[in-house]
Amino acid sequence: MNPNEAPRTRVRLRYGKNGRIRFTSHRDMARIWERSLRRTGLPVAQTEGFSPRAKLHFGLALATGYESDAEYLDIDFKCAEMAVGDVLDALVSVLPDGIAATGGSVLAPGTMSLQQAVTSCDWDIELLGASADDLARWVDKVRGATTLMITRERKGKQITDDLAPQVRVLEVGEPTSRGVRLLATLGTQPRSARPSDLFAASELPYRPVLVRRTRQWIEQDGARLEPLEVGAAPAQRTLVGVQ
Amino acid sequence: MSLWPELELVLPDVSKPARYIGGEGGMVEPEHHPSKVAWLLAYPDTYEIGLPNQGLQILYEILNERDDAVAERAYAPWVDMEAEMRAAGLPLFSVDTHRRAADFDVLAFNLSAELVYTNVLNCIDLAGAPVRAERRADSDLLIGAGGHCTYNPEPLADFVDFFVLGDGEEAVSEINAVVRDWKRAGKKSRQAVLRELATVEGVYVPSLYDVAYDGPALVSITPRFADVPAVVEKRTVADLAAWPYPKHQLVPLTEVVHDRLNVEVFRGCTRGCRFCQAGMITRPVRERPAEQVRTMVADGLARSGYDEVALTSLSTADFSGIEEVVSATMDCGAGEVSVSLPSLRVDAFTVGLAAQIQRARRTGLTFAPEAGSWRMRQVINKLIDERDLYGAVESAFSQGWRRMKLYFLTGLPTETDEDTLAIGELARNCVDLGRAHTKNPSVTVSLGGFVPKPFTPFQWFGQNTVSELQRKIFLLRDDIKRNRGVQMKWHDPKASMVEGIASRGDRRIGRVIEEVWRQGGTFQEWSEHFDYDRWTQAMERNGLSVDWYVHRHRTEDEVLPWDHVSAGLHKDFLWQDWRDALNEVGLEDCRWTPCYDCGACTGYSIEHIVASAVPPAGGSQGTGQVPAGYQPPAAVAVQLSGSGTRASS
Repeated sequence: MNPNEAPRTRVRLRYGKNGRIRFTSHRDMARIWERSLRRTGLPVAQTEGFSPRAKLHFGLALATGYESDAEYLDIDFKCAEMAVGDVLDALVSVLPDGIAATGGSVLAPGTMSLQQAVTSCDWDIELLGASADDLARWVDKVRGATTLMITRERKGKQITDDLAPQVRVLEVGEPTSRGVRLLATLGTQPRSARPSDLFAASELPYRPVLVRRTRQWIEQDGARLEPLEVGAAPAQRTLVGVQ
Repeated sequence: MSLWPELELVLPDVSKPARYIGGEGGMVEPEHHPSKVAWLLAYPDTYEIGLPNQGLQILYEILNERDDAVAERAYAPWVDMEAEMRAAGLPLFSVDTHRRAADFDVLAFNLSAELVYTNVLNCIDLAGAPVRAERRADSDLLIGAGGHCTYNPEPLADFVDFFVLGDGEEAVSEINAVVRDWKRAGKKSRQAVLRELATVEGVYVPSLYDVAYDGPALVSITPRFADVPAVVEKRTVADLAAWPYPKHQLVPLTEVVHDRLNVEVFRGCTRGCRFCQAGMITRPVRERPAEQVRTMVADGLARSGYDEVALTSLSTADFSGIEEVVSATMDCGAGEVSVSLPSLRVDAFTVGLAAQIQRARRTGLTFAPEAGSWRMRQVINKLIDERDLYGAVESAFSQGWRRMKLYFLTGLPTETDEDTLAIGELARNCVDLGRAHTKNPSVTVSLGGFVPKPFTPFQWFGQNTVSELQRKIFLLRDDIKRNRGVQMKWHDPKASMVEGIASRGDRRIGRVIEEVWRQGGTFQEWSEHFDYDRWTQAMERNGLSVDWYVHRHRTEDEVLPWDHVSAGLHKDFLWQDWRDALNEVGLEDCRWTPCYDCGACTGYSIEHIVASAVPPAGGSQGTGQVPAGYQPPAAVAVQLSGSGTRASS
């Protein structure tokens, strides 16, 4: 059979990455997912060619050391139908400690990829030894700045960006045993603004000890949607575990 | 108590932090208890190198299955992590539950290479114990070591409390019992537990022996007490079938070397290559039953999610019924499973096997003829006929491979420039064979400097100097540099020299290792950290001669630093084999021919366990059973089930 005509179902999964496994890299996560899916025995589609690999499409990379409640992954299955509940059930016993699949949906053909579609992310950042008052002053300063210039290396080139328009939300959160939390929403298009970029551009005087991505968002026609809610074919829409 | 809260503050600032997190599939988080012996099994190199080590994983499982033991693992922290740990006052820790090393009773190292010795000292120091065994108090960690390097334990004798020689599967439980009783009685006397450990077969406690010298010469190493053995014999597991370990191979979260399922198909090798320590000290050959191999592969793949399995041994093509096992392995599991055979024999049969395995991508094949001329190969007893090598190469090129890598040693006994240059000739001929099949055949010659090892026939041979090795390397390089298709890589001869110091050094070398470590010389097997001058200066400052330790030929009557330990091999067998080597006389593989009594079987009342009474198909090397009129086929099309598509031959 021509592989292009073979039945395919693309499932988008949401998963968390928490605890010590947060120190694995984006590439490590790809290997972990490949091995875990192989263990489920689910009919994951393979790439053609000399060394076939599972057809997995990852979203925005999460920096090594960051936690997340909202990572996304699109998986192609070589079958006409695939129940999201079955995928989630099969994953429970095979994913390593700290990785948990928390929801999923079947995507309609032609749904935009995660890398292109996601427009912003929410971040929860624990700052060591910070006090709420001092942090509030820093937040005011950053919010009042007209520009936040930063030079980063992207694909081997030095690129200077203004981060200011990317800082959608910035506020002081709850105190913790080690310091205080900073809550932020940062834009991801055309280039992703990461918490480390924000710290570098604004001379953050505290050490972030735990950075967690709590949400990813897709802004579409004025609405802000969770990536599981986008593009799901209404007829077979199988949202499971939406936040 | 876990150090994790402190560690997680440090990890964002170090390279590859996943080295330190543990969390592998198959990991155990054991419950510690005052009545259980707590082992910290350490590999003195990076996590990526150490994690796959099968010996360590086997002991980890065996100990954790016991109700009177717990075992966790540690690896040498990379230099950036070590700096952070020392700055933050953090000790060596386990990756399983992030306990500090001092919470364990035993810190046991796997020693697979000499250049890691300074890392051993560094790990002991990071663990919080005095590096010198004599300074340790009753409550300090017991420091143990096992692995191939323990066949000359003397360079580390001042730092290690006990060594274990040979297979650890059975010995580890006997050692555990001794330490358990000592622990339950309140760890009263370190001396007492060491005396008790010395009574366990295979255990060598260096502090219980007196060493006598006469000038530079070693005169004797003798036990100080009557109940301490004068010669410590290695341990040998008689039947591998009784030890189907690891049952739950660790599946790491981050990338490591040999990142695949590994199933040991046999232990030991009797091909008798005279330079090869592994082949001498692991005798006899003990095959795992084919059925057990199949089960371990099937269970391991299902549990791990790997899609690659390596069938490991010192020469896997020699396994009885290898074709059936490979076929069964490839049909195992739902998806595509690839098989790798890490040690390929050089013959067309092996290539046929490799062709079946690598159904799709044919990138490169590696062979190890080890020497360029037939004369030289007779000296080293690697009896590969040129017909075998060319048959293998022809077969590989005709079946779609484009690149070949050939391993050679230089600095071998009796080697002449003619022998060295013969390597270039072989490589050129291989490229010529390839031209008939591909436009750009490529042959890479990888050249290593020979380091003589204990318990081999070459243990008496004076290693070539750095300048002599360098001269031979350049001689060959200049000879082949104009040959299209032939590339050459080589091992740093200075690293070979330092390896030589530790390989056959005596107890006095410990001072050198300690000095290099104190000057910051860790990770010496990593070229970016290797520091030759530190070693030569430390030798000089300690009044020790490199020439005497490394480059000098030993005499028959000389006391060798490892004479008080035994791999079963009779010293007169090794000496005879050394004389045979110099006379260019080969020796047959005793698994298929009559016993010549090397001592490894007879001394321990054990035997080879080999399912097939005849040598594997194809290949004359070392079998002693070359059929009359044998002609290697130009290209071999091995008929195997499920072999799929293949380039026409």
